[in-house]
Amino acid sequence: MNFETIIGLEVHVELKTKSKIFSPSPNAFGAAPNENTNPIDLGYPGVLPVLNKEAVNFAMKAAMALNCEIATHTKFDRKNYFYPDNPKAYQISQFDQPIGENGWIEIEVDGYTKKIGITRIHMEEDAGKLSHTGDGYSLVDYNRQGTPLIEIVSEPDLRTPAEAYAYLEKIRNIIQYTGVSDVKMEEGSLRCDANISLRPIGQEKFGTKAELKNLNSFTFVQKGLEFEEKRQQKVLLAGGEILQETRRYDESTKETILMRIKEGSDDYRYFPEPDLVPLYIDDAWKERVRASIPELPDARKARYVNELGLPAYDAMVLTLSVEMSDFFEATLKADADPKAASNWLMGEVSAYLNKQQKDLADTALTPEGLAKMITLIEDGTLSSKLAKKVFAELIENGGDPQQIVKDKGLVQISDEGQLTEIISSILDQNEQSVVDFKNGKDRALGFLVGQVMKQTKGQANPPMVNKILIAEMNKR
Amino acid sequence: MSEITKEQVLHVAHLARLAITDEEAEKMTKELDAIIGYAELLNELDTDNVEPTTHVLDLKNVMREDEARKWIDREDALKNAPDQKNGQFRVPSILD
Repeated sequence: MNFETIIGLEVHVELKTKSKIFSPSPNAFGAAPNENTNPIDLGYPGVLPVLNKEAVNFAMKAAMALNCEIATHTKFDRKNYFYPDNPKAYQISQFDQPIGENGWIEIEVDGYTKKIGITRIHMEEDAGKLSHTGDGYSLVDYNRQGTPLIEIVSEPDLRTPAEAYAYLEKIRNIIQYTGVSDVKMEEGSLRCDANISLRPIGQEKFGTKAELKNLNSFTFVQKGLEFEEKRQQKVLLAGGEILQETRRYDESTKETILMRIKEGSDDYRYFPEPDLVPLYIDDAWKERVRASIPELPDARKARYVNELGLPAYDAMVLTLSVEMSDFFEATLKADADPKAASNWLMGEVSAYLNKQQKDLADTALTPEGLAKMITLIEDGTLSSKLAKKVFAELIENGGDPQQIVKDKGLVQISDEGQLTEIISSILDQNEQSVVDFKNGKDRALGFLVGQVMKQTKGQANPPMVNKILIAEMNKR
Repeated sequence: MSEITKEQVLHVAHLARLAITDEEAEKMTKELDAIIGYAELLNELDTDNVEPTTHVLDLKNVMREDEARKWIDREDALKNAPDQKNGQFRVPSILD
């Protein structure tokens, strides 16, 4: 029997407002435990939550960027549960009136594009962080309690673990462009749970699903789903039954492990949050937020291809992060040729960032510096070889490319008389190579070019060296 | 009219982490049944043209600006903790 895999993802994204969603505590990652808490976060009796307007703006912005319809009448609800990560014993969330519904994004996997539906996006507060100490106790840090979150629930439209991976990348990419979140999985500002079930091909009814947790990277999401897909297939083929269960992905064994079997649906007893009044979002407010959304990655990608004439691959790579894309555009503004700027960013710059494990912002490179260096290459001042030396200086220490060229004596030697003089003396010293060359040994030419470069410390203009070498040898 | 069962009462008591005796459960089943039955009188009203109400106050869009402010120190935050360690609240671990 052949099966079809059905995957739906729930993505939580922390919004980077200055303060928390219902209290004025600072919303910041990395503070000392419980530093950023107050009586509201700690759930003291008698305190009242007050909604952070910017959190609503950010949630709307993300929802709009993901093509959702924005609610006009919305509200908050209490989701009741007992767990020490939440001192109130309820989480303020949204139940039946989420801020956004019916969205979609387009993903690209293995050369095909596919539209993935987004069922809903709702606002809620994050919970505190528990560390299990292994001695029968847990330690709780409530700094994260009250951080504004949006939960993005996809339609069960994903059919392969690779599609799930592409969906996550796209969500991260789009939200990063809106600027409402850092969307860093390693810092927990983007988190993902996955639902997966199998059904015989042709069957309409969904099979029983398992929920995967502890997916701490996009790769683990894909790997966890791949494992789970195979596990469920094995169970079904053996005539077994899939139970509705929550499973944890184990990074070391690359397997999913049973956490608990769910009996019946969760009973959270949602009811409207009495401490918060309803939220009405009129058209004017929606339009204000809509106007603040910058050009999103797909639109930029299309513009790079259609208006700048870049290859689709370049456009894709350059728009992978908003930082790279913004840097590229700033380089163009500083009068760089688009394709040359793209080549440098995709090549040397990306290689450097990968090797050093750095972000662009952590380097000394500026768009102006890169643009100026590209101009120096174009006007023949710098050979591509010398440019690499200038680049190394630019990205490490910054500065003016023209000055670096001067200080390091990196100006390319393009003077024909000067080059001919150097080449003549090298030919005098290497008569055998001249003979070899005339006997058709191409390697001899390479050797001689190398000698010229050595003597000029790499500053000779390579095409000219080639030309003059051949001409001079033919004269002999 | 209403039909609250003892099982429902025990279920809700469990969800609310209330330890009630069998006797109390019996008593509450009757009481809750009477309360729900009374509330059901509202069903007699014609509410076809009435907008659903989610809040009793006639207010909307009460919000604050996004300004961060320290309110209490970490020491104060932990003052009422029954147990603490390394600046964190210490609780019995709950495995889920």
